[in-house]
Amino acid sequence: MRITATSIIALRALRRNKLRSILTALGIIIGVAAVIAMVSIGNGAKSSVESQIASLGQNVITVFPGSSNMGGMRGGWGSSSSLTIEDAQAIEREVMGVVAVSGEVRDRQQVLANGLNWNTTVMGESPGYLSIRAWELETGTMFTEADERSTAKVAIIGRTVANNLYTDGDPVGQTIRIRNLPFKILGVLKPKGFNFFGSDQDDVVIVPTTSAMRRVARRTNLSSILIQAQSPDAMPRIQQEITDLLQQRRGGREPDFNVRNQMELAEAATATSKTMTALLGAIAGISLIVGGIGIMNIMLVSVTERTREIGIRLAIGAHDRDVRLQFLIEAMILSLLGGVLGVLLGIGASELVSVQLGWPVLVSTMSVVLAVSVSAFIGVVFGFYPAHKASQLDPIDALRFE
Amino acid sequence: MKPVVLLEDIYKTYTNGEVQVHAVRGVTLQIESGEFVAIMGSSGSGKSTLMNILGCLDRPTKGRYLLDQVDTSGLERNERADLRNQKLGFVFQGFNLLARTTAVENVELPMLYSPIRVPPAEMRERAMKALDIVGLADRADHLPNQLSGGQQQRVAIARALVNHPQILLADEPTGNLDSRTSVEVMGVFQRLNDQGITIVMVTHELDIAHYCKRNLIVRDGKVVRDEAVRDRSISAVEMEKLRNAEAAAKLIHSA
Repeated sequence: MRITATSIIALRALRRNKLRSILTALGIIIGVAAVIAMVSIGNGAKSSVESQIASLGQNVITVFPGSSNMGGMRGGWGSSSSLTIEDAQAIEREVMGVVAVSGEVRDRQQVLANGLNWNTTVMGESPGYLSIRAWELETGTMFTEADERSTAKVAIIGRTVANNLYTDGDPVGQTIRIRNLPFKILGVLKPKGFNFFGSDQDDVVIVPTTSAMRRVARRTNLSSILIQAQSPDAMPRIQQEITDLLQQRRGGREPDFNVRNQMELAEAATATSKTMTALLGAIAGISLIVGGIGIMNIMLVSVTERTREIGIRLAIGAHDRDVRLQFLIEAMILSLLGGVLGVLLGIGASELVSVQLGWPVLVSTMSVVLAVSVSAFIGVVFGFYPAHKASQLDPIDALRFE
Repeated sequence: MKPVVLLEDIYKTYTNGEVQVHAVRGVTLQIESGEFVAIMGSSGSGKSTLMNILGCLDRPTKGRYLLDQVDTSGLERNERADLRNQKLGFVFQGFNLLARTTAVENVELPMLYSPIRVPPAEMRERAMKALDIVGLADRADHLPNQLSGGQQQRVAIARALVNHPQILLADEPTGNLDSRTSVEVMGVFQRLNDQGITIVMVTHELDIAHYCKRNLIVRDGKVVRDEAVRDRSISAVEMEKLRNAEAAAKLIHSA
């Protein structure tokens, strides 16, 4: 094969028709740029969902109360008040491979401090809560088991609460009044931002579970129980053991609780964004194919228009495969050139989207490699027919062609 | 000395639907090295078909064609391409240069298709030498549309020469040129022939054929006359005559 010589010939041929070469490549440029930009936007969305899910904590199993049934009127999930602090303690005591358990009580309260007030969620949690949610303190310390046993009036607060009530100075060591009771602030949580349901995770005051039950919410049941498993592999077993344990604690009664695991939620959320990425990628892929057909069209026109040139080449001693290779290389150079320029344009467009619209964008190496190799492949596939057609011309007819 | 071209009882028949066209019927021909042959004939006489067969662009239906002692009858499409590349040089009526390609790149073309790889530096050197032979070394970087018809044809001749062919085949090389440029191009052919290059050309112009050494006349697919040219036209002499005639015309005009 005379690849070097043929490449020179192909390059010279493309150079002779600069404008047309660029216009032909434009189809691929736009196609590849679209693929890169769309997949980047899709990936960005996916990774932001994933990081939000990670912020909920890892290997977390949640027990919700079941539905209530009051004289035939059935409430929805979580409406019954069946979970108790003893359930939480039993899980911590009896189930193997559990790292932390937190009985959760949620209540909305008007809280006061510094002569300011703020309506926020007060949550009763165990000291293990921060580990479960993979949350850290910005300043101060977490309350302890001892605080929980003694229903101590201590609290840690989220960033939003801190910002709204303590406009100047450090809240740690100060007092916050919940239901008119003074709670001592032990620490401030690091900001976590909004979750993917759109609520502000930092708008929170956390107190020991027992304190919340007795002093704030004034109830005897838990809103839910959060359990952190040792490892993802242990989760199905732990989930089963929790179900068995709680069932056993309720004797023969109908189960009034519901054990969920965070993976299910995560899977649902990532599946959605995966579908979105695939959809965007598919649409962009179609434009890539259209670009390929554009190349084929131009190459076919080019073969007809350059029949005489092909005739000259054949008369002068070109083999059919030389001509075929020339047109193939031309098509490949066009589509590769389009691929490379398209990648640059696509990355540029992704950057623009992330700067202008503030969408999370993630350019993956994979999509770049894929787009470039697909465009080269398109060059071969859509270039082959015109190239073959050119190579089969009869030199005499081709020379006579006007 | 062995002949460069040996045609033995060549026939060529085209089938056009139901009708059979006998373009060439029984041509036997021998061309020695160093000859300068013009094939003449009216249109439809079969001279172009004969030329295509000589140029290995077409295969005879019947008969044997030995080019430089190689029997071309059994050769494949690509083998014939190599033969054209190595042993033949083509000059066409319409010049057939690649558009938007410089003169020197046009001349390099046959070397790009050479079965033996030619290094780029040598390619450029040989192309420049060939352009020098036709007197266009100073136009090497010009594009075809920047050259006159005569100059384009000389670039085409340089391209035909660059692979040192056994024969130069020219199909109506002066067909698209005015009479003065025709004389100029014939001068190039005569000079090349004087250096020992074998030339076969097709023409229907009698005065052009007169620059050759041997004239073949083809009619109805047969060679009907084969004769040496007497009182051959010499390009330099004809050029002088043209110049005198022009000068005379100018004198009359200004008087």
